[in-house]
Amino acid sequence: MKNWLRQHWRGLALTLARLARTPLASAFNIGVVGVALALPLVFYVILENLQSFAQDKAPTPQISIFLALDAQTTDVRDIESRLKKHTAVAKVRFMPKDQALTDLKAKSGLSDVIASLGRNPLPDGFVIDAKENAPAALEKLRDEFKAWPKVDYVQLDSTWAQRLDATLKLGRLIVLVLAALLAFALVAVTFNTIRLQILTQRAEIEVAKLIGATNPFIRRPFLYYGAVLGLAGGVTAWLIVWAGLWLLNDRLGSLTQLYGASITLLHVSAPDAASLCLFASGLGWLGAWLSASRNLAEFDPE
Amino acid sequence: MISFSQVSKRYPGGYEALKSVVLEIQPGEMVFITGHSGAGKSTLLKLMCAIERPTSGSVLVNGQNVGTLRASAIPFVRRNFGLMFQDNKLLYDRTVFQNVMLPLDIIGYDATDAAKRVRAALDKVGLLGKEKALPVTLSGGEQQRLAIARAIVHRPSILLADEPTANLDAAYAVELGELLRSFNQVGVTVVIATHDEQLAARLQPRRIALEHGRIAT
Repeated sequence: MKNWLRQHWRGLALTLARLARTPLASAFNIGVVGVALALPLVFYVILENLQSFAQDKAPTPQISIFLALDAQTTDVRDIESRLKKHTAVAKVRFMPKDQALTDLKAKSGLSDVIASLGRNPLPDGFVIDAKENAPAALEKLRDEFKAWPKVDYVQLDSTWAQRLDATLKLGRLIVLVLAALLAFALVAVTFNTIRLQILTQRAEIEVAKLIGATNPFIRRPFLYYGAVLGLAGGVTAWLIVWAGLWLLNDRLGSLTQLYGASITLLHVSAPDAASLCLFASGLGWLGAWLSASRNLAEFDPE
Repeated sequence: MISFSQVSKRYPGGYEALKSVVLEIQPGEMVFITGHSGAGKSTLLKLMCAIERPTSGSVLVNGQNVGTLRASAIPFVRRNFGLMFQDNKLLYDRTVFQNVMLPLDIIGYDATDAAKRVRAALDKVGLLGKEKALPVTLSGGEQQRLAIARAIVHRPSILLADEPTANLDAAYAVELGELLRSFNQVGVTVVIATHDEQLAARLQPRRIALEHGRIAT
């Protein structure tokens, strides 16, 4: 156990020494990985911000029910009680037709036109807040209300919610595709870096194998190198995005103040940042493992 | 300790380096493998430490058939050996001390214990004062002694040397012969492939002569 720990410590120390021996090359390598990872991270941050913005600022979707023009007071009472008893309904607001007409007169400035109509063209209505705001649930409610007697028309103002939902889904897909592509790039970068290292250390590897080094022993420093490269790249990506957001928030603050609003962009959360670093580190390790397995095999007899 | 039975080695391309070789080396022996170049001396050594596998026949080292070992078991066989190569195979970007440290690193020695052993080995070959030097700054004889120090630092039971005196002038060759003899005297089995007749005359070892891949009688 002690020996095992010592071997690993040695592998890590050797890796860090290698990184420090060529500081510029190491910095560029880490930079490449960092920039590659920053790209999907930026998209992810934009999505997260959009989502939280939508949740904060958007009104809850409502269902408007318009009754038939010939609906009697008893019909209205009947529907109102049915709505109040309905388990999926959070809030019911009755909008009598006279009230609606007064509102329309006041708001639209069409009072002359309306006065000339002679009779009220508007139906009685209900405005419903549903308990669940998912588009699918709202649509189900709409279809249900539509089937009731004396209900003429049900309007669901969830189009915006559906659009936002679809947009976010698309955004998530883009982030996923981008992340997959750049994950591949990370693996490729480490693969080639490790390959180059193995080539430059040919003599050392050959001698080590001749005097009894096992494959894991030789592979270990390379695997650590890949993992450290990925980890450092992940941290770099996070720093890039953090700095970008900090700059943006600074400007955004003075801009939105002029409009009397306050918008600040959310930073990458700590668990997200941690999983990014872990993921990058794992990918670096994978690239190094592939490269080492591939390029060390030629040293074996036959 | 080492036994070959009907060992043949044919390289890809058809060249047959060894043909039906039978030999036995006892623990503590000093053996010279002699013969002109191309007789199969190097191949014989490479078969012993599993750098090459025999085409047919079996090579036993300490009762283990090294010709049929899994690749992952080979490193542990190699640790029984101290190897001196024809071209030394020193690491020229590492100091004398680090070169000798390598085998102990590989086995996984504790650092302070390992450092003691490295100094003892360097002392034995007379390079203690040069532990921080790089191999290029050493003379040919010193490089050869450095190679010996690396070969014996982990106290192997068998020392294999391929043409150890090939690039040395006579005085260095004598010195090296004495070193090899001293290891043999403390019980290390020493197997040397050489065509250096003067060395053989001085050390009086058992001789195994190879001729076109066969043992000459």
